[in-house]
Amino acid sequence: MHGIRKEHENLLLQVTGLTKQFGGVRAQDNVSFGVEQGSVLGLIGPNGAGKTTLFNMITGVCVPDKGEILFDGRSITSLPVHKRVTAGIARTFQNVELFPGMTVLENVLVGMHVRLKSGFWGAVIRSPRVVKEEQQARKKALAILEFTGLLSYADRLACDLPVGRQKTAEIARALATDPKLILLDEPAAGLNRIESMALGELICKIKARGITLMLVEHDMGLAMEVCDKILVLDRGEAIALATPQQITNDQKVMDAYLGEEFQCLN
Amino acid sequence: MDKERVHNLLFVGVVVVTGVVVENTYLLQVMTFIGINTLLALGLNMLMGYAGQVSLGHGAFYGIGAYATAYLSGTLGISPWLALVCAIFLAVGVAFVVGRPTLKLSGYYLGMGTLGFGMIVHILFREAGSITGGASGFVGIPMLTLGPLLFEGGQSYFYLVWAVVFGAIFLCRRILDSKTGRALAAIHGRENAAVALGVDAHSLKLTVFMFSAALGAVAGFLYAHFVLFISPDSFGFMASVKMVTMVVIGGMASVWGALIGAVVITLLPEVLHGFADHEMIVFGLILMGVMIVMPQGLTKGVMERYARYKKRA
Repeated sequence: MHGIRKEHENLLLQVTGLTKQFGGVRAQDNVSFGVEQGSVLGLIGPNGAGKTTLFNMITGVCVPDKGEILFDGRSITSLPVHKRVTAGIARTFQNVELFPGMTVLENVLVGMHVRLKSGFWGAVIRSPRVVKEEQQARKKALAILEFTGLLSYADRLACDLPVGRQKTAEIARALATDPKLILLDEPAAGLNRIESMALGELICKIKARGITLMLVEHDMGLAMEVCDKILVLDRGEAIALATPQQITNDQKVMDAYLGEEFQCLN
Repeated sequence: MDKERVHNLLFVGVVVVTGVVVENTYLLQVMTFIGINTLLALGLNMLMGYAGQVSLGHGAFYGIGAYATAYLSGTLGISPWLALVCAIFLAVGVAFVVGRPTLKLSGYYLGMGTLGFGMIVHILFREAGSITGGASGFVGIPMLTLGPLLFEGGQSYFYLVWAVVFGAIFLCRRILDSKTGRALAAIHGRENAAVALGVDAHSLKLTVFMFSAALGAVAGFLYAHFVLFISPDSFGFMASVKMVTMVVIGGMASVWGALIGAVVITLLPEVLHGFADHEMIVFGLILMGVMIVMPQGLTKGVMERYARYKKRA
């Protein structure tokens, strides 16, 4: 594979030799790549290529059989999920996973969980410091809702929002964890063209804040538009890492991703 | 003043006035039991209603509280208040040891695990005769005193129990209205999403499990010094089931629900005495009826019906 420069110092996330086997299936086969600080990396590949497995290993939901994950200069390979969130990794889900019985604001507040210091006893004693922290958390949550354009939905129940808004609310909730890296799992799935464009803008706004993003996306138009680099996975292997333009001109990628038909059409 | 504060004051007022007005010892006794049961339901509601984790073995913590104070204050003769502290620590410690592996289970499996735990503890109460008095029970639990105050049945004990209930409601409210409460609701809603946001689900469940065990132990302590005689069967499988029933009947995830559940489950057997042998059948039928008509529990069920009625009127 091409495009990896190991000497690069500006990598926020560096994955080396990641391997994961589920029974007889190699979901991840010796995958290595790096994500530059402040960039957007797209993840494409046919169904079953191992995109979600890769996300699950970076977030800590599943443990790799082999390989290492370096984040922000230190190994996180054996850290549990909540410690990785504290370290600065947040995610959204392929199917919306908002807390249905809570308001949008409360959903975002749950996202701040690891950043709030008061614990069980803090809640009981409720010192002025705890009260102040809670007020500041609300303020910050509202600011995040404004940033994502959801302020008018703050007090609505999450399950009452249209799908597009729910997807945005998930991103808002991920932003509340104060992340360095956000993983978006198919953020445009189920969105119409207008919503999809708004999503593209939001991704650029998040990037402008200095936050690094990784996204799994089937909407090639969106991926081409927002991604700095694209990583192509096929049957658990990373077959290419390059700019969107290079990817579209890469015959190997086109074969794997779009199949032989693409050639006929061309 | 906001609505919630009005409700709280009204509630406290009703309890205080009840204690003054009611002179019938039997009634006071029943209402004291309601208070003790409310404590049990409150604790279990935190675990079941809010965190969404089923426990079918909570009678064990109730029993641990009762037997710990019975042994420490009755046999060893130390101050019951010191015994209370020990009882709480013991219950919390046991909850930690049991909860750590068990709370990794979920749904029916957690129910089975806690069920087994409850049974083991029940057998221990029955078989450790030299400490617990065995199947025939523990006699000789001292009455509670505080300075010149003697809490013997009647009014004084009624107020003591309800003061503790108010304290417990206050505690639960504070915990629920915080980062911890939000995280609990998040785990209940979608555990994987909560975990992905950095909620340490296992340790939070364990914390709530220990908290509810502590409330159970306090209830056991109050029960022991009230009835002054305890036997293993008060803390067996049926006690655990009764606690779950209180939470479900009253309404999950509601502090008032715990109270309503405790009222219903304490009063029903008293009211049904007339049915003699058929008492349990009628009891079961009523519970089934409530669950069919108001599956979300009495509190929410009645409130919804009232709202609908008001709309129509």
